[in-house]
Amino acid sequence: MPRRFRGEPSTAREVAHAISRSRREFLRQATGAVAAGTLLHPYPLSALALPRVRKAVVVTFGGGARDDETFAPDGQENIPHMLAELAPRSTFFTQVINRGILGHYVATASLATGVYETFNNFAKVSPDHPTVFEYFRKDLKRPSTDAWVIAPSNGFNRIGESAYRGYGPGFGAGVILPKRLLAAALAGGGEADFNHLLRDNYESSSFSPVVGGNDIELKTLSDIFQLSVADFVAHAKSLASPDELSVYIARQLMHRLAPSLLWITLHDIDVAHSGAFSLYLDGIRRSDRLCAEIWRTIQSEPEYAGKTTMFILPDFGRDSDTSAGGNGFQHHRTGDATSRTTWMMALGAGIRENTIVDRPIESTDLVPTLGSLLGFSPNLSQGKPLPEVL
Amino acid sequence: MLPAQLTAGQFHAYPPKARQLAVDNVALLQSLPLGFVPFLLKEIILYDWKFPAEQWELNKQLAYLAGLSDEQRQAEMARFAKLRLSPRLEAFDWVNSPGQFLEMLSAHLWATHQTDEFRAASEKYVHKFYASLERPKLPAPRLGIVALGRGVAESRYLLFRKLRRNGVYFNNVNALNGLETLLETVKARAAKYPEPYGHWSIQGGAKMTAPGVTCVSYEEMTPVRRTLTEKMRAAYESPNFNPEILRTMLARMEPQSLGMTGPDRDGTLDRFQLSLLTEGSGTQIYSTTFVQWAAREALRRAQPLTVFARYTPRQKERPMNELLSGTGRTAATDPEGSLIDGDMGAYYTWLNQQRLPGADESRFLVWFEGHSEAVAIAPKLKSNTSDTRAIHMAELLETLA
Ligand SMILES: [Zn+2]
Repeated sequence: MPRRFRGEPSTAREVAHAISRSRREFLRQATGAVAAGTLLHPYPLSALALPRVRKAVVVTFGGGARDDETFAPDGQENIPHMLAELAPRSTFFTQVINRGILGHYVATASLATGVYETFNNFAKVSPDHPTVFEYFRKDLKRPSTDAWVIAPSNGFNRIGESAYRGYGPGFGAGVILPKRLLAAALAGGGEADFNHLLRDNYESSSFSPVVGGNDIELKTLSDIFQLSVADFVAHAKSLASPDELSVYIARQLMHRLAPSLLWITLHDIDVAHSGAFSLYLDGIRRSDRLCAEIWRTIQSEPEYAGKTTMFILPDFGRDSDTSAGGNGFQHHRTGDATSRTTWMMALGAGIRENTIVDRPIESTDLVPTLGSLLGFSPNLSQGKPLPEVL
Repeated sequence: MLPAQLTAGQFHAYPPKARQLAVDNVALLQSLPLGFVPFLLKEIILYDWKFPAEQWELNKQLAYLAGLSDEQRQAEMARFAKLRLSPRLEAFDWVNSPGQFLEMLSAHLWATHQTDEFRAASEKYVHKFYASLERPKLPAPRLGIVALGRGVAESRYLLFRKLRRNGVYFNNVNALNGLETLLETVKARAAKYPEPYGHWSIQGGAKMTAPGVTCVSYEEMTPVRRTLTEKMRAAYESPNFNPEILRTMLARMEPQSLGMTGPDRDGTLDRFQLSLLTEGSGTQIYSTTFVQWAAREALRRAQPLTVFARYTPRQKERPMNELLSGTGRTAATDPEGSLIDGDMGAYYTWLNQQRLPGADESRFLVWFEGHSEAVAIAPKLKSNTSDTRAIHMAELLETLA
């Protein structure tokens, strides 16, 4: 296996730089954005005249999307909404580096704690460090209805709160697993047909166990969403994918409870593990459309409009085409620069529009940034607040 | 146990050739660190079922390591020796289950933030070893051929967008007898440059083969895939399911247990095909994934002179609403999606071919089956150009010369 490949950037740093450059150039062309670093005073619009941020919505993609299929020229056709509607309104970070373990649950937990968590990705455990939801609720004395997570699969059911002393039980977010709701709603009704739909994650293999549902979930439906099981199933039948169901539930939640901290993890893109490139592209297009839908919901819900900041970021990337140890877009196994480097968009209240930030930041910087925006102190987080959004 | 405590007797459970190889090299293995030896053992234990190119490289690698002075070897291994391992890893039976050990090692390296250091060390080692390697000259330049898009009448997808940049885009190819001409070409090369596992035909549909050509077909493997998916499903539905148990089960699967039995079977090829299904992800359900992964593995492992891969429509992924309403139960195919899968797969096949020795001389052809579009890549063809003249498949193949 002689692994010399012509034209391959030779170091991880060169690759990361090339990624950053291609994104920046494309975005500037597409949106006419200004680089933050070129402004005379780096952060001239800080806080002062901006409305106080009271709510935050975080959207992560489990199953990162690579540049090649998004912001690079070959990928532009897959993200029309992000480019035309969202990027011009955003401060865009071109290099978000994830130095942690590249498994979806552990990486999403790391995004939510601001610490690179090290537990086994497939273990059914809580994060080791306090989550953003706990800091938020404890510091600001918020009720349990004010912080929610909508997560793709059963493996994420403990992401709402940590096992950390002084935080943990009683301070976390409510976690909704839409597929579990669906399983509960469909209980007894030809479950075998739904194996495929309810598969837990694409990472472990091509099949996965059916996610079980129970009565507590059904109670959630009626209590929170004031939806009958029949209405819920009827609506689910009009949707093409699990992520659409997640966004449907997010909109219900925003309308009924208007939580101040809402975290939505999309996961359709991870179908890439099946090796079918076209399905991966379909997942990206769907996520692109759903992000715009969430943004529009923020604008149209009076509880959110004008006082909400939205963050969009993949949890990490996927392997590059030229990493010999991987198989390109299919997995995120090599830990190469492409699989560790991704981007983040911040938009909405308090955010400078049409701005690009090229300096590298880390995935763990999100939690401290949310802390500064909403006014809580994530003491144990390893990251740093991003001055560009504050 | 640490490698220094290895003895020849510990390899008794290895297959015959593997055992001999390990016993012959026991002194060398004793001198290497635990962060490295299982990588060699994982290859050695499979020696009996490896392709000639793999056996050749493994022999060379052992000779390379044995040929270093003690001092040089220590320097070469220093970064592997410095990895912080764990008592659990040391206690594991890495002699008999090196593959499982490596899974655990990988998890350990991730959790302890040593992955980057490990990757850097392996890249450096591999690079140095390959730089030292003198290879016999190839009898002919390698040729990769990919046909894709069967069942698609018309497509608006910009085909070959990545491959065009590396060769000539033809848009006026006469499709008449195209497929037959491609197969003839493979056949002729197999006859002219006979070599075990030197010429491959990888088919999403039925077998297409010729004397001296190694053929793998998704369709042909249907009974094997069915048996395997049933076993996987049973594992998933078991109350004690966990992904590690499943991985171990897959790693231990023998071709016979999936019905690959009979007097004239090729054990090496059977195991190769089995590995496509047990180590590949998605290869069990999508023919497009199967073809891409099989071509990658054939190139990586057998280092063939010729690969002919043909994509056929994969089964359709059923959207949620269809699943919920119970409609569309028939096994429909998705020709348009498969065209896009195959387009990326062809690009990966080319990249994988370019990773092999002789890359500067390699040739490659991709064709939208039954249509007029193709890309040809060869040393004499100018990158990122197009050619609009009317051309037959045979002439197109000649442009590669
Ligand atoms: Zn994934």
